[in-house]
Amino acid sequence: MTAGLLLGALLALAAVVYVAAPFLREPDAPVDRLAEPDGLELRRLALIEERDRSQDALHELEFDHRTGKLSDEDYRTLVGPLRRRVAEARRALEPRGEGRERVRAAG
Amino acid sequence: MAELGRAALVVCLGLSLYALVAGSWALVTRRRRLAVSAQNALVAAFASALVGSLVLVVALVRHDFSLVYVATLTSEQLPLGYTLSAFWGGQEGSLLLWLLVLTGYSALVVATSRRRRSELLPWVVPPLALVAVFFAFMLVVISSPFETQLAPANGAGLNPSLQNPYMVAHPPLLYLGYVGLTVPWAFGMGALLARRADEAWIVATRRWTLVAWTALGVGQLLGAKWAYEEIGWGGYFAWDPVENAALMPWLAATAFLHSVMIQEKRGMLKVWNLLLVILAFGLSLFGTFLTRSGILDSIHSFTESSIGPWFLGFIVLVLALSIALVFVRLPLLRSRTRLESLVSREATFLYNNLLLVALCLTILWGVIWPLLSEAVRGEASVVAGPYYNFFLRVFGLPLLVLMGLAPLVAWRRASLRSLGASFAWPAGIAAGVAVVLLALGAGSSPVGLLAYTFSAFVLGSIGYEFVRGTRARRSLEGGSRRSAFSSLVGRNRRRYGGYVVHAAIVLLAIGIAGSAYDTVREARLARGERLEVGGYTLTYLGTTERMSANARELRAQVKVQRDGRDLGIIEPGKNFYPVEQQVSAEPAIRTDALSLGDLFVILENSNADGSVRLKALVNPLVNLIWLAGLVFLTGSLIALWPDPAEERRLLERYALAPA
Repeated sequence: MTAGLLLGALLALAAVVYVAAPFLREPDAPVDRLAEPDGLELRRLALIEERDRSQDALHELEFDHRTGKLSDEDYRTLVGPLRRRVAEARRALEPRGEGRERVRAAG
Repeated sequence: MAELGRAALVVCLGLSLYALVAGSWALVTRRRRLAVSAQNALVAAFASALVGSLVLVVALVRHDFSLVYVATLTSEQLPLGYTLSAFWGGQEGSLLLWLLVLTGYSALVVATSRRRRSELLPWVVPPLALVAVFFAFMLVVISSPFETQLAPANGAGLNPSLQNPYMVAHPPLLYLGYVGLTVPWAFGMGALLARRADEAWIVATRRWTLVAWTALGVGQLLGAKWAYEEIGWGGYFAWDPVENAALMPWLAATAFLHSVMIQEKRGMLKVWNLLLVILAFGLSLFGTFLTRSGILDSIHSFTESSIGPWFLGFIVLVLALSIALVFVRLPLLRSRTRLESLVSREATFLYNNLLLVALCLTILWGVIWPLLSEAVRGEASVVAGPYYNFFLRVFGLPLLVLMGLAPLVAWRRASLRSLGASFAWPAGIAAGVAVVLLALGAGSSPVGLLAYTFSAFVLGSIGYEFVRGTRARRSLEGGSRRSAFSSLVGRNRRRYGGYVVHAAIVLLAIGIAGSAYDTVREARLARGERLEVGGYTLTYLGTTERMSANARELRAQVKVQRDGRDLGIIEPGKNFYPVEQQVSAEPAIRTDALSLGDLFVILENSNADGSVRLKALVNPLVNLIWLAGLVFLTGSLIALWPDPAEERRLLERYALAPA
């Protein structure tokens, strides 16, 4: 066996050890299940995204109005619904039990 | 050493295959340790590809001509820098670079996603591994850089046109871009496999896409600079299929970078964004296929090529699987939001997307039409510059206008009155510039005049946006103008970095439009004779010859004068490479820092009687193209710069889902 092949075999051996590491480190893992968000958690994530999106939109709206890109009239028309959406998303995300109920209801 | 190289590639193939199979099985059975093991396999595949690459580098440096690849592309006389660049000078080395960059990106994806506890990671591993399997398979079975032979005394040397500093940097940057587009595609497919319709995949791929897009953009500009200095025809872009191969994925990625903002802001265009990442990735594979399959020489050489049919099969497989997955997940991807107005920021982004994709597909058609016609009729049709230039104007000029319009329009909707008020300053600047240019005689090229006017409009609108934004920030926070400006940019680096990139595109457009005003003269000159071109007087003084490390260099001595002032001597010439048995043109370029134009002189031939034939061009504003590269890079870096507050917010958002 030449030096090149020997080095190649060592590389393969090191790779096998590294690939097997999760099993060597936890030979009898009590929980071996991929963590995945359930339907409720996904709905919660959607609400968080909606809240963040509405908040960002509200900031953009304020800034566009301040820089003169948005007329007073357009601003007044758009700001109300956006504020309501932010408030609704925040309420639905409240950490209390009824907030969780709302997430379920919203889903 | 060749054995170690081959072994490393075999190990890399095995690891990639394991990552694909074990990673997929882990998703089916939902087994955590198996998924982590598959991720480790991808990281180890990078280490193996790195070992294989190092073996090739060592063989190149040691002039180990027992490797066919080294002997075909280098020689004892080749300078070290170019010897190293021979790594990607041939098919096998290019494929190895693809694999190295791909597994490198994959290892980084694994490392960063683990740190961020991304639950998408297990779903991203199989798509990444699929691509790695393909490239590793090609290198192990079809096209190995470690083929050996009885070592000849010297190698054949590197094609002289590749012996240029820009060619050292251009291909690796293009590959960083091409291969980088695998990451957003893999995340997009991973999200679909995981049935995730949220924005986690978009958030995770923002930086990856920007890095790939920036590398592809800078790589193309370096390629243009190489063509300008090395090919010796006075131009920098010829709509060559190889150049188009890099432009198309860049255009698709540009469209994605814009449309993804609509998804982030409004939750719209989910399907469109996935189709764009598929298109960008498919085009990056297609670009590699075009340049490496031999199909550009002829359909015949493609069918005889060792890698062409494999590549085509893989592209079809990837596109079919990706589109089928989007189709299957369509019900998940429905958006509940609609465009509120056709006069809004998101509407301008949508128009921009349609134009970018139309331009991209038009170029694609121009590239594949000659191939299709050759395959069907046995005779290739030629799609030349006028076709591409026509569509560049048709789609490019409206794109320029949109670049100026978008910053002036509010999100959601804008009344015509407020739009008019925003419009006044930039439009006034553009009109003023148009009048001045007309007075200066720029009307000789209506397209050029239009491009300059629109460019002035875009620069005016960007400047106005910075001024208005700074003023608004100052009214909110107080403080100095400088602190308000920093706060403005720091709070939204992506937007203001994007504006700087837009300014770069404008510089590029001005530089390109400058070619409409080029002057060209050509003459046979005896010693002491003169040639007048674009205000310059060139006097031919004679020729000299000298030897460099690996070439004989013939140079014509030409005195340059302008308005009676001596500007020095330039030396256009030719290099003769004895090992490679090839000749390269070495044009002389004199840059005028004030006008940003070049005097570009080519030695066409030298005659036995001591006379020479010179071709001289005056290229106005051409240096704006290279300046655009620096501005582009600056804008991209601003957009890429981490925003800790934003990152914290996103980490909190996705940390709510279980790790």
